[in-house]
Amino acid sequence: MTTAVKRRTPTLTAGAVLVGLVVLVALVSFIWTPHDPTRVDAAVRLLGPTGDFLFGTDKFGRDLVSQIMVGARTTLYVGVVAVGVAALIGTPLGILAAMSPRWLGEFIMRVNDLVLAFPALLLAIMFGAVFGASTWTAMVAIGIATVPSFARIARSGTMQVMSTEYVLAARAAGRSRLVIARRHVLPNIAGLLIVQSSVSFAIAVLAEAALSFLGFGTRPPTPSWGRMLQESQELLAVQPRLAIVPGIAIAVAVLGFNLLGDGLRDRLDPRLAGRR
Amino acid sequence: MIEVRDLRRTYRGRLGRPAVDALRGVSFDVAAGQRFGIVGESGSGKSTLVRLLAALDTPTGGTISFRGTRIDGVPERRLKFLRDELQIVFQDPMGSLDPRMRVRDIICEPLKRRDDERLAELLDAVGLPLDAASRYPHQFSGGQRQRISIARALAPDPKVLIADEPVSALDVSVRAQILNLLADLVERYELTLVFVSHDLSVVRHVCDTVAVMRRGEIVELGDVEQVYQQPLHEYTRELIAAAPTLRAALARFQEG
Ligand SMILES: Nc1ncnc2c1ncn2[C@@H]1O[C@H](COP(=O)(O)OP(=O)(O)O)[C@@H](O)[C@H]1O
Ligand SMILES: [Mg+2]
Repeated sequence: MTTAVKRRTPTLTAGAVLVGLVVLVALVSFIWTPHDPTRVDAAVRLLGPTGDFLFGTDKFGRDLVSQIMVGARTTLYVGVVAVGVAALIGTPLGILAAMSPRWLGEFIMRVNDLVLAFPALLLAIMFGAVFGASTWTAMVAIGIATVPSFARIARSGTMQVMSTEYVLAARAAGRSRLVIARRHVLPNIAGLLIVQSSVSFAIAVLAEAALSFLGFGTRPPTPSWGRMLQESQELLAVQPRLAIVPGIAIAVAVLGFNLLGDGLRDRLDPRLAGRR
Repeated sequence: MIEVRDLRRTYRGRLGRPAVDALRGVSFDVAAGQRFGIVGESGSGKSTLVRLLAALDTPTGGTISFRGTRIDGVPERRLKFLRDELQIVFQDPMGSLDPRMRVRDIICEPLKRRDDERLAELLDAVGLPLDAASRYPHQFSGGQRQRISIARALAPDPKVLIADEPVSALDVSVRAQILNLLADLVERYELTLVFVSHDLSVVRHVCDTVAVMRRGEIVELGDVEQVYQQPLHEYTRELIAAAPTLRAALARFQEG
């Protein structure tokens, strides 16, 4: 890990470019979009690609490019919050499981497995049913469903760090567990957590799209790639463009974060290269 | 200084592996100012003993006292006196230094605060330049890393220094430097030394007393010269017989 020479990592570069593209589009959408993405205009409904509407318009006459641009914001927003929730709960839980007495660690991990076994989408749908479907409930539900993967990676990383001689030395220096967790464990598992974040981000993006598609995610009129897909359904045979455009956007984001995660994994620890 | 009585440590077998009796009733005393060597082949239980002496592990039987106070099975909050008085230098010069920490923070770890004056003193004592402080462990050679490890151990001004195979992982060419440094520091700071090695000739170089360990037991204990010249136990003779091969190899290497 420490002898990391700068290697050429095409996956990392490709992932960074795709993710960078999504982020850039989202940022630009704050200051400029070709049209108002929510403006309904019957006069221009279901237009094919033209100079004015690059990817055409949907059945309400809304500009597809503008919707994709603002939808990128929703996607990133969901990813950041979901991964943030998962990392903030999962990481301390995993560290705690690794550093506490065996029985407590085992207990935490069994509960963890239980959550992991629960389908994320079902959890999100239940959340939506109870608290009302919104981007917010979708994000939190996806986040909670992602907690176990963080807890697992944090636990195995912590166990590895705890078995090192530098932790023995810290203990011989009279450092408490809490201080060891903060000073030694966290910095040494940070790389693992970053990789996990990237991979989880991809899953969260996909989950949000699926939820919005099912009507349990982002509510109209806020543009969301998943809902664009859903709305394209009835016209799939005649206007496949309406499904292809958001489909590609989702694919680009998911692929980007997956490649970024894999690339980072290889960069941070060549021994783990190629492993899932 | 240290009293060890009938010390036992059995590692529970996990996942189908059998339990390991790493220590089977070890007793000895280390007097203040003594340079006590522990020698034995790999797997004889030396590191297990070291961890117990530093109260980093709990024995399955027997007792350890440090200056008359029991330290086995004692909760961490009552070991503060030990943490300041007893320090360890480990075998692996890479694994014993946190790769994410600067040398400054590594050395000051036992002090629990940053103390630039003390840091400068320690760097000087182990023969490292001042600018080493802001660098990371991987930027140093094995021998230099072991110097960092020694500086960290000396930071709280301990009375007892335990060195667990401190030169075994080093290039033969730098071993003598680190051994001499340790010997000098032990003398200068009037430390009690517990020195672990698998090589009796190395122990002879720095210690006055030696305990020979084999499969978790002490088979011979006494004055290091005496044990070296007139070994009583067959196992000790084997150890001595094994050591010269290294010497001979060195001699050949030096001749050309
Ligand atoms: N944490 C552990 N769990 C299980 N077995 C261990 C553990 N540490 C050491 N052992 C076993 O105890 C024996 C003594 O090991 P150790 O004290 O490291 O010997 P040495 O330092 O003399 O090489 C070995 O057989 C080793 O495999
Ligand atoms: Mg050992």
